[in-house]
Amino acid sequence: MPLEIKSLSKAFGQYPALKDVSLTAADGEFLALLGPSGSGKTTLLRILAGLEQPDSGEVLLNGEDFLSESIGARRVGMVFQHYALFRHMTVDQNIAFGLKVRPASARPNRKAIAARVDELLTLMQLEGLNRRYPSQLSGGQRQRVALARALAIEPRMLLLDEPFGALDAQVRRELRRWLRQVHDRTGVTTVFVTHDQEEALDLADRVAVLKDGALVQMGEPHQVYADPATAFVYDFLGPACRLSAVVAGDRLTVADWTNAAPPGAPSGKVELYFRPNDVSLSPADGPGFSAKVLHAGVRGASGKIECAVGEVILELEAAVSPRPAFLSRGADIRVLPNRCKLYPSAD
Amino acid sequence: MKPVVRLPGVAPLLLLFSVTVLGLLILLPLGVVFQQAFAKGLSAYIAPLLDPDAQAAIRLTLLVAAISVPLNAIFGVAAAWTVARFEFRGKTLLLALIDLPFSISPVVSGLVWVLLFGAEGWFGAMLQAWGVKIIFATTGLVLATILVTLPFVARELIPLMQAQGADEEAAALTLGASGFITFFRVTLPNIKWALIYGVLLCNARAMGEFGAVSVVSGHIRGVTDTLPLHIEALYNDYDFVGAFAVATLLASLGLVTLVVKTALEWRFADELAASRRH
Repeated sequence: MPLEIKSLSKAFGQYPALKDVSLTAADGEFLALLGPSGSGKTTLLRILAGLEQPDSGEVLLNGEDFLSESIGARRVGMVFQHYALFRHMTVDQNIAFGLKVRPASARPNRKAIAARVDELLTLMQLEGLNRRYPSQLSGGQRQRVALARALAIEPRMLLLDEPFGALDAQVRRELRRWLRQVHDRTGVTTVFVTHDQEEALDLADRVAVLKDGALVQMGEPHQVYADPATAFVYDFLGPACRLSAVVAGDRLTVADWTNAAPPGAPSGKVELYFRPNDVSLSPADGPGFSAKVLHAGVRGASGKIECAVGEVILELEAAVSPRPAFLSRGADIRVLPNRCKLYPSAD
Repeated sequence: MKPVVRLPGVAPLLLLFSVTVLGLLILLPLGVVFQQAFAKGLSAYIAPLLDPDAQAAIRLTLLVAAISVPLNAIFGVAAAWTVARFEFRGKTLLLALIDLPFSISPVVSGLVWVLLFGAEGWFGAMLQAWGVKIIFATTGLVLATILVTLPFVARELIPLMQAQGADEEAAALTLGASGFITFFRVTLPNIKWALIYGVLLCNARAMGEFGAVSVVSGHIRGVTDTLPLHIEALYNDYDFVGAFAVATLLASLGLVTLVVKTALEWRFADELAASRRH
């Protein structure tokens, strides 16, 4: 069901957790809320779940007022960061809980509940674990039980709070693909919160970047990655190199290199951002600004090249097998960012 | 297993010291209680227990515990839930108040009720006009017992509930459970063993309490004397066998409590661990 959030605000005492956030998710969309801790993403999720009340704003699900509905009537499936499985219940009982607590008139009969639990155990690849208690499961298994429990109530919307936060890197990557498959199969509108940009970009249909309680940017992963709206987003989405530069007229000057400024560039003092692996390196007579190589190390297929541009130390990545002869310690080279972004200087 | 470090020379001394102290201060008196009780044979042991005043004291003790322990359990759960689930001004004050009965003398805990509800107390005249008797009556004994045992249940539950957090309750709510269902199916089962543990300690103290109830009781034999007060009365009458015979009841209660407590700790170590950190 399509979700529409209109100028949502929430403060905890003096501290504003959400500032006038508006965003939408289409029916069946997989939306990521991405931001550092304290950006308000979890607060937003908890408001959607009904665990917090916003100070102002509106939330519409399928065009209907969602905030006036009670927490139980919202029928959202929420997966908590630490799963919040009922510790004194078995896997079976955990998954069946949402169905068993329904009022008698709306409750499926015992057989139907058991069938639904079996179906979910299969979908989540949890067969054979149904009699275990949460403490007897691995992290990845707990996460799948939490997801099964949330899906059991046939939620109108699925909410995931840092779903992979407590797992190690290997399990995390496996579950990521698998979660996406489950989403595609069930088709539930899903909102998930993460501070891991790689996860958000990899998994989501669209990404909403939050900072200090405000929405900074919203778009498809490739759009957001290619064209970050602010320096913060650029920094947050991956490793970034930053240099001070000046735009005068239609000319951009970085260190000792002047070139045509990209269209729409801010004028005056700017910050030049580029990805450390998206550069062309050449000998001293090539294009780009000059830099002095401080260290050239090999790490797998790519190499880390540490170089100085005036006072600034940059850590670049470049293909170094075979390593070009000019990339030796102490050498003067030229660095040409293949793609860059300009943001007005903060000071 | 945690690695064990032994301090050469010191360890045996400390061990010897603690065993000696334990033996002298706990096992020896406990042995004396039973030795004295049976000093004049089995029939002399049983007679004081069948005495009508002793029977009345047993009934009164059970009644006072039966009223005050459940009330304290309810208060303990409510207080622990409030403290563990909400941030509010004065929380530290509330915690200090819950702990207060631990730090004030039981005599004071009894005296406050006399000052409030006694014949010369603030509400004394008013209660007399209505014909309500609190001091020198069961009500006063219950009030004094509740006050003394107030921290037992709450203190067991607060650290556990704080450690468990509110996520499971939140999950139950999002799954459509009502507040009551969430409380009875999620909150209560999660604190079950700590609650039983707390109730057990609370009960042992409630039945054994002397100071506070002594102040409010009035010592009317067969009417307002609880077991500990009855024991004192027998002792003051130089009826040593009687006093110690009745005392074995309280001592046995203590032993049973200890056994059940140990069994709980052994069986549910993880769940109780949080509460033993304080």
